[in-house]
Amino acid sequence: MPGDPRVTLPLIRTENLDVRQGGRLVLHGIDLSIRAGEIVTLVGPNGSGKSTLLRAMIGAVAPSAGRVVRAPDLRIGYVPQTLSTDPHLPMTVRRFLGLPHAITDTQAQAALHRAGLPHAGRQQLADLSGGQRQRILLARALLHDPHLLILDEPTQGLDQPGSAAFYRQIAAIRAETGCAVLMVSHELHVVMAASDRVICLNGHVCCEGHPEHVASAPEYRALFGTGTGGALALYRHEHGHDHHHDHSHTDDEHA
Amino acid sequence: MLLDSFLIRAALAGLGVALAAGPLGCFVVWRRMAYFSDATAHASILGVALAVAVDAPVFGGALVVALLMALAVSTLADRGTASDTILGVTAHAALALGLVTASLLPNVRIDLMGYLFGDILSVTKADLALVWIGALVVAGLLTWRWSALLTATLGADLSRAAGIDPKREQLFLTIALAVVVACGIKVVGALLIGALLLIPAATARPFCRTPERMAGLAALIGMVCAALGVVGSLYVDTPVGPSIVSIAFGFFVLSRLWSPRLR
Repeated sequence: MPGDPRVTLPLIRTENLDVRQGGRLVLHGIDLSIRAGEIVTLVGPNGSGKSTLLRAMIGAVAPSAGRVVRAPDLRIGYVPQTLSTDPHLPMTVRRFLGLPHAITDTQAQAALHRAGLPHAGRQQLADLSGGQRQRILLARALLHDPHLLILDEPTQGLDQPGSAAFYRQIAAIRAETGCAVLMVSHELHVVMAASDRVICLNGHVCCEGHPEHVASAPEYRALFGTGTGGALALYRHEHGHDHHHDHSHTDDEHA
Repeated sequence: MLLDSFLIRAALAGLGVALAAGPLGCFVVWRRMAYFSDATAHASILGVALAVAVDAPVFGGALVVALLMALAVSTLADRGTASDTILGVTAHAALALGLVTASLLPNVRIDLMGYLFGDILSVTKADLALVWIGALVVAGLLTWRWSALLTATLGADLSRAAGIDPKREQLFLTIALAVVVACGIKVVGALLIGALLLIPAATARPFCRTPERMAGLAALIGMVCAALGVVGSLYVDTPVGPSIVSIAFGFFVLSRLWSPRLR
């Protein structure tokens, strides 16, 4: 694994990254790094460049200045925001996992198991619920044992128990495989509970650090206004009752 | 020889176009490109008129203008401006411009009905060769790019993360579409080539659990319709192109009545 946790060399970092889209400077002077095994969440208002930053990190968007530096042989698993599944496209989950490159049944099974949907292989993509679809995308991202998992608003469209369960799955995967996680989220209080570090983005990095530190930073409060106090309160609340909640929801999930 | 019979030539031309249109039509359905394919097909009439004007081969004219139209619309789509409205506007405008251009040509009368609705019984051996070369090129292209095309169809970001440029794959489909349009213009005509793309694919859908099966079944359904259409229209004296499409529609209705799973 690149970046021994003890020396904590970054798996990936951006240096003074600028990204332009349609003439507009979407991202400016981004310096950030992700180290092995940490869960980092990007928060920021709509249009603050969160998705663009993720796309630049996986190489789907070229920087207009600065650069993205990846550890040698870094394997990234990417979970996109959406999966376009027209109901006219017949496709089993198993087949989907083997696109574009064929994989073995063992690989597929391991990834599905890890993503929390061990029996979904024969199901049609178009029949899946939003939550199941996210887990299939997660399974796909896990196929090649990534060092870094990048997720773009993975719980969009899920209800609160659904997204809480999804984030618990992410935490479990990190605990099991030691992979780092970088994700975008809107759900501030869930993010607070699930992240080691939060980066607040608005075209540039406004502030970053431990969730509680960011939530009380003036830059963050300026962006998210009065909701911040509530988010922090919820974070503390969830934190206090973590075990109880965790248990009951997990049972629901596997019922 | 076998190919001396106009009926055999017609049937073979229909089979060739249907073979390519079936699998390509699946992508048109999966990627919701129905309007896109109409715009491309309608533009071919303009190509025909321009080719006749400069005394160039009609197939070449149709191919080039269809390809230009498909590329233009595809570029608009990349910029996110290709709404249903824009595609509809271009589709109808291309058709109207083609018809006006054809009427302006001095000293030439173009058999417009033939190009709009097909004139499969007048297919020559040279036409037949072009149709089959085109069909095999499209089939080869789709086979070669199959996994990448499917991945790109499932999402642009997903595809880029897998190292596949979705714009490149879109370009392959665009080229394939222009080839099928140019081949199909003689068989079912510019107005009905869209039907030959959509209907067999939509008919095949309920019976398939994999994309490969759907592509194969769509090709088979299209070929059966083409053969039945050519032979049947001879007995009841109806235009061949519209007959092929009507038969396809009949199968579509049956597929929805009998389908194991309705979607």
